[in-house]
Amino acid sequence: MNFWERMYLPAIIKGLGITFKHLFRKKATVRFPEEKRQFSPVFRGLHILNRDEEGRERCTACGLCAVACPAEAITMEAAERKPGEEHLYREEKYAARYEINMLRCIFCGFCEEACPKEAIYMTETFAPANYQRKGFIYGKDDLLIPDPKAKA
Amino acid sequence: MGLLQPLADGGKLFFKEEIIPINANRALFVLGPSLAMLTACMTGAVIPWGDVLYFGDLPVSLQIADINVGILYIFGVVSLGVYGIMIGGWASNNKFSLLAAVRGASQIISYELAMGMSLIALLMVTGSLSLKDIVEQQRHGLWNICYQPFGFLLFLICAFAECNRAPFDLPEAENELNGGYHLEYSSMKLGFYLFAEYINMFVSSALMATLYFGGYAFPFMDSLGWSPNLITIAGIAALFIKTIGFIFFFMWVRWTLPRFRYDQLMKLGWKVLIPLALLNMLITAAFILWTQH
Repeated sequence: MNFWERMYLPAIIKGLGITFKHLFRKKATVRFPEEKRQFSPVFRGLHILNRDEEGRERCTACGLCAVACPAEAITMEAAERKPGEEHLYREEKYAARYEINMLRCIFCGFCEEACPKEAIYMTETFAPANYQRKGFIYGKDDLLIPDPKAKA
Repeated sequence: MGLLQPLADGGKLFFKEEIIPINANRALFVLGPSLAMLTACMTGAVIPWGDVLYFGDLPVSLQIADINVGILYIFGVVSLGVYGIMIGGWASNNKFSLLAAVRGASQIISYELAMGMSLIALLMVTGSLSLKDIVEQQRHGLWNICYQPFGFLLFLICAFAECNRAPFDLPEAENELNGGYHLEYSSMKLGFYLFAEYINMFVSSALMATLYFGGYAFPFMDSLGWSPNLITIAGIAALFIKTIGFIFFFMWVRWTLPRFRYDQLMKLGWKVLIPLALLNMLITAAFILWTQH
């Protein structure tokens, strides 16, 4: 280093200039709760269970999502559709109980990929909050989307 | 907008749990932050925050004490501040606190020398130790920064070191060490240490504004034809704008520069700043002698 460089002051002034320039730049931060950043289309948030066009549950409780789940967050119990329940469940078998432990879930999206019936999807909802751990075990009430027919 | 957030952040410290370590020296443990806060507040007493305000016929000076050794007073009180750090670090009975306190104390003492010598050059120019006189001189003449630009630079660097501000914040290198001399402190005692540091920053900003940038004086203040009270109020505003400018500079440097290594800090203090301050002093003295003849 020559004498001018060893004085450091020119370099310090240059550095100060750079930080000063950054004051007038567009902010990189987003004021989160009020403002939300645009998610990428493949964002993996909390799950939903889908229904078909007639409002019937698509899930047949095949268990492929639970098998695919590396965090073992998915539990289900299958049941057989009774006569007269055809408007509720699309196929002869359905999930009587379907639970996802959101504390275990790592949001990898493997369940979504494994599902042969296009029943489970991941949404853009994220960061759930609760006072108790058991509140993070989402059952069918939390996961199933509302019946499109019932809304209309 | 969150404007009151800093107030809430400070006030919250009152509600925090107060912990005095079992092996700490209780009396000294409390004395440390008290002393730090006390000395920080005392320095403000001799700074002229403004000229004289008139309430009817009653003149009220906006300087608490216009003592004729104002600068010496500030130096004395600032040196006492080292005891706050040293006592607090020692009384915690924690080796990390003690090490940080030693680090802080040696840094402050080292830079005080260069700071004092850079000021001596200024005092040779002003010929007075009273801060009020210094401001009045600048009010009717040029600001001292024109006479002592180099001395100001030295003073500024030393002020950073004295206030333990980045890039000289080694006593509490928060992202490298487990805390500074206030490692064992909690609640408002920690708050006192932190506030003392910020008050020191504010006072040294005000001091730099007073000594080198005209204090409450602003250009053309006597040729505007305003009433004395209006000029005084404008002067207070001027001083605070200058002070805030320096505080902004403190933060600006913090955003910009990385921290020194401790040996670099000591080298800069003893081998660079002190000789430069001496040189500045000599040149100033020679120049004054030369103009006298």
